[in-house]
Amino acid sequence: MMKKLIIGLFALLPSLTMAAGPSVPLMDANIDLKDNASLQRGAKLFMNYCLGCHQMQYQRYERTFRDIGIPTEIGQEQLIFDGSKVGSHIKNAIDKDDAAKWFGAAPPDLTLVARVRGTDWIYTYLKSFYKDESRPFGVNNVVFPSVGMPHVLQELQGLPTPITEEVEEHGHTVTKVVGTETDGSGEMSDDEYDRAARDLTNFLAYVGEPSRLESEAIGIKVIGFLVILFILAFMLKKEYWRDVH
Amino acid sequence: MFGKIIGWIDDRIPMTRVWNMHIAQYPAPKNFNFWYFFGSLAMLVLVNQIVTGIWLTMNFVPSAEGAFASVEYIMRDVEYGWLLRYLHSTGASAFFIVVYLHMFRGMIYGSYQKPRELLWLFGMFIFLALMAEAFMGYLLPWGQMSFWGAQVIISLFGAIPVIGDDLTLWIRGDYVISGATLNRFFALHVIALPLVIVILVFLHIVALHEVGSNNPDGVEIKRKKGTVAEEDKPKFKFHEYYTNKKDIVDAIPFHPYYTVKDIVGVVGFLILFCWVVFFMPAMNGFFLEAPNFEAANPLKTPEHIFPVWYFTPFYAILRAIPDKLIGVIAMGASIVVLALLPWIDRGSVRSIRYRCGFHKLNIAQFVVTFVILGWVGATPQTDFKTLLSQITTVTYFMFFVLLFVYSKNEKTKPLPTRLTK
Repeated sequence: MMKKLIIGLFALLPSLTMAAGPSVPLMDANIDLKDNASLQRGAKLFMNYCLGCHQMQYQRYERTFRDIGIPTEIGQEQLIFDGSKVGSHIKNAIDKDDAAKWFGAAPPDLTLVARVRGTDWIYTYLKSFYKDESRPFGVNNVVFPSVGMPHVLQELQGLPTPITEEVEEHGHTVTKVVGTETDGSGEMSDDEYDRAARDLTNFLAYVGEPSRLESEAIGIKVIGFLVILFILAFMLKKEYWRDVH
Repeated sequence: MFGKIIGWIDDRIPMTRVWNMHIAQYPAPKNFNFWYFFGSLAMLVLVNQIVTGIWLTMNFVPSAEGAFASVEYIMRDVEYGWLLRYLHSTGASAFFIVVYLHMFRGMIYGSYQKPRELLWLFGMFIFLALMAEAFMGYLLPWGQMSFWGAQVIISLFGAIPVIGDDLTLWIRGDYVISGATLNRFFALHVIALPLVIVILVFLHIVALHEVGSNNPDGVEIKRKKGTVAEEDKPKFKFHEYYTNKKDIVDAIPFHPYYTVKDIVGVVGFLILFCWVVFFMPAMNGFFLEAPNFEAANPLKTPEHIFPVWYFTPFYAILRAIPDKLIGVIAMGASIVVLALLPWIDRGSVRSIRYRCGFHKLNIAQFVVTFVILGWVGATPQTDFKTLLSQITTVTYFMFFVLLFVYSKNEKTKPLPTRLTK
């Protein structure tokens, strides 16, 4: 353990100099947390395509079903594939060390990914896989170059081809991937895939902060109360201060 | 019956006397303006931090293995846990906003000048304790920024010659930030420092009530005994502790006048505060930094490491100087000079209203400097920003140097004999 930590500290040195942000502009995810149908489709996508490798270890099935309007029995039947109890956390059985061997790094937990990366990043990421034979899984990603993840939604989207551009960089001309173009081999049309990516992003945003809608509903009432109290407090102050000259 | 109970208590502890002396018959200048809300607001935020903090500790697990998960447990499984957590995290930032405005008030109205030097010093100690409290609290969620931010800040102590390395080891309790560090920071954050802060706040108020509040005119309301004509004295009853020693002008009792006024301030503040808590608790990454939603990982450094916004002006001063030790000294000095303000300012006119035009310019440049330093310290470094931070580091200290020079023979405006509206 100690050794790992010390190695980690040394790892600090190069990463400080190599820091770089996303190289492409992000697309607008335009999600709607109030759209239960979208959240439910997103949950279905997550349980079918993502959960095999990525957990949501802090979020529970039951809470999720309740919040996005899925009756518990239906959720239990159609969205829990490993026989977990409905009150359990959304976890998988993948072994972390095996996963690290297969993909280069263990697939990260996705409970909070929307809060770490932002929804626009996730949406753009889901839409930015492209064919790249030089990579182990034959795909690469525009916003996350050399990502260790295969394009798990390939059967839906197909395998996009890269759009490249010649760019001048440090005095050299390099070929850069600036976008992608679908090859039409997927089950979904472009519009359908956009919607699927948006639904999945929406669901991840919900899981990142399940209290968001409740918070805003309470917040409106709290602010309303405080505004009325402010007027009364102001009138009270005025009344008292009449005898100060 | 009620009077009897009061009498029974008053025979045993000085309840009524303290109430009268410090609240109902405490003379406060009648011309407090907007800037005078922030003292009571700081108290409000302190209470908020203590109360929400107590409830958070009920479910928080102070261990490297359990801390991050327990915060998410609070956010998801504890009834209104998200509200407690956001009240506490937003409260931390609100505390600094309120305290910075409170300190700025002291600067523009010269509240640190004689005889309020000790009052100002207690305030500076509160500020120091608050920074330590916030820093240690930020490690507790055990996110990436918690871990790496603490790593950077603690390593600063390593720049101290001879004892530096041993000192960092002693602070961390380990060769790296680890569960041992988390445990001790938890203990200090929930017991030691809050206790220190509460005691210092008490002393701050004791000192305030002994010398009395300054006001936007910077003119004393307590005059030499026998110098104030009977018709100039306020019609209110003040405690004899104050009236026996001095004649008082232009004062009103703290209660009910400032209690009802502070309620307006409190509710106004709560509207803004609750807006953040309920609608944007992360405040676009300023109050809750995005990388901190990822559990601490000693093997993975975040792309950029920034302290939270309230430390960034001082952090920018540190980064402006290429040499680490001199940078650390400059950062320390930037806080020490603030504490020395009562002796750096050699003027006798307190309020900005009656001081020279150059003083107004100097204060304005100090505000601009502080904001630029805060921005530079919170964003990735570029050559331009390094230069900017070096310039603003100079102008930061220049404020105090200039003040020391011109305050000696400053050309001031005539002071009013009585408080203006």
